[in-house]
Amino acid sequence: MGRLEEGVLMADIAVLLKQVPDTNAKILVSGDRVDESAVNKWSMSPYDEFALEAALQSKASSGGVVTVITCGPARAAKMLTDAAAVGADNLMHIKVDDLTALDSLQVQSLLAAAVEKSGAGIVFCGKQAADTNAGSTGPGVAELLGVGCVTMISEVSIEGDSCTALRPTADGAERVVLSAPCVLAFDKTLTDLRRPNVKGIMMAKRKQIESVTAEDLGVDIGTAQVSISSHRPPPKKPAGQKFEGAESVPEVVSKLREEAKVL
Amino acid sequence: MDVTIIAEITNDGLHSSTAQLVAAATSLGASPVILCPGGIGASDAAAISGVARVISLMGDQFASFDGGSWVAALDAAAGDGVIFAAATANGRELAARLATKRRIPIIQDVIGLEPGLTITRPIYSGKAVEKSTCEGACVITIRVNAFEASQSGGSAEISTVNHSADVAVAIKEAIQKATERLDVSEAEIIVSGGRGLGSIENFSKLEAVADQIGAAVGASRAIVDEWGLPHSMQVGQTGKTVVPQLYFAVGISGAIQHLAGMRSSKYIVAINKDPDAPIFSVADYGIVAKWEDALPILSSELAKLQ
Repeated sequence: MGRLEEGVLMADIAVLLKQVPDTNAKILVSGDRVDESAVNKWSMSPYDEFALEAALQSKASSGGVVTVITCGPARAAKMLTDAAAVGADNLMHIKVDDLTALDSLQVQSLLAAAVEKSGAGIVFCGKQAADTNAGSTGPGVAELLGVGCVTMISEVSIEGDSCTALRPTADGAERVVLSAPCVLAFDKTLTDLRRPNVKGIMMAKRKQIESVTAEDLGVDIGTAQVSISSHRPPPKKPAGQKFEGAESVPEVVSKLREEAKVL
Repeated sequence: MDVTIIAEITNDGLHSSTAQLVAAATSLGASPVILCPGGIGASDAAAISGVARVISLMGDQFASFDGGSWVAALDAAAGDGVIFAAATANGRELAARLATKRRIPIIQDVIGLEPGLTITRPIYSGKAVEKSTCEGACVITIRVNAFEASQSGGSAEISTVNHSADVAVAIKEAIQKATERLDVSEAEIIVSGGRGLGSIENFSKLEAVADQIGAAVGASRAIVDEWGLPHSMQVGQTGKTVVPQLYFAVGISGAIQHLAGMRSSKYIVAINKDPDAPIFSVADYGIVAKWEDALPILSSELAKLQ
């Protein structure tokens, strides 16, 4: 598995990106659904940013092509262009008007088919998206592709088709090795994320986005098996008690003991 | 309803969340079957009240965690109905792979269930709550501490199923944690600090108070990023979502992302000098004071309780 370039095995990476409401954005519920039109800013999901950064670092150190893939409506194209501005080579947009109408398996089927189309042997993604917070996509795509997967990764190094990743355990952490083809799902890593420069932004504007549909990918996504009945704002907490000054600390400690019974 | 539970296991045996999964199943009128990967914790699982049967799932792959090969065995042993796992890192990965393998729906991080099956889960890190329905087979992961655990007192039969599968992920090196400090996602009490503490040197004062009461130490995203603290301490939308009995927020203003990660705590105490800080909107006990003044008094009051 893998593409040889002048006799060297290239680590071509597909990075799965999701555009989500910015983590600063207020989420409003209107009727029975979260009102997406009220979201003031859409961003690349934070863990996906670390996956993209890791892919760009791998490209810088050992070559290979980085393809970014997203599934979403027209507005998601901007996120692909943003990825190109920091160094992504190929941009693939699976056009879906209403992503929230698809269930996890449908999204995974589209992404897995797009990965195969990209030719990449290694798939990077975030450990979960900041909207659904589920974390099903990475392992699910791995299952569809029939390959190994490691989640919660905070460091990775790639040599040829061998990936070494650091993941947390109950006792600390462990370094694990797996071979491409494989899926690696990233937690936040210690590296700073690169910011685009003017040249990157100019180049990205001219970069073609390969726009595909389920039909183009040869995927019959069927119908969603999960039906959403309602969205609601979180239950409001009753107003708490407020105290002025550090001298109130003993009273609060006593209330934690007598009233709340948690000390 | 036919419910199979994937036991949550640790190095030491059965994780306490497994009894919570049993309670979730019995709340739907089910008598669940528990699958114990590697046979770990099987006798403890059999002792949980309400369990129909326990299956010790044996195979070479269970020596270390590898989602693909574990799921090959789980798929062979699990029933055709609804499957529960804990919404931990490993539980979520197994649940996702198993659902995809069976082409059935997956719903992660569930906090409520009603017969039918109606499923409640937080979305946007708790900024909204979603109710959905699923007919027939599905896989559900349940948030740790969302259900009260089933009591012990059962004596279910234990059988063994052997199913080996090729492992894709090999362990190269195990790295021991530097500190023995409790993880925020496991803790009953969390003491968290934010930018209001001023500098990393002051963070040790917070740790000292946490140690007095055996609490875990958490941090806001701002200081994890700026002071280079371990990401495992970060509470919030891009860190951990925590549900302790008691959460102390010291010098944390309460950015929307932080509130998303801790608002479900049973009791919240906020110490902040700014009376308008958003953290007070979720605090059960809000103390408007400088942390420098409040922390020493808190420490001496806690010492009196010991």
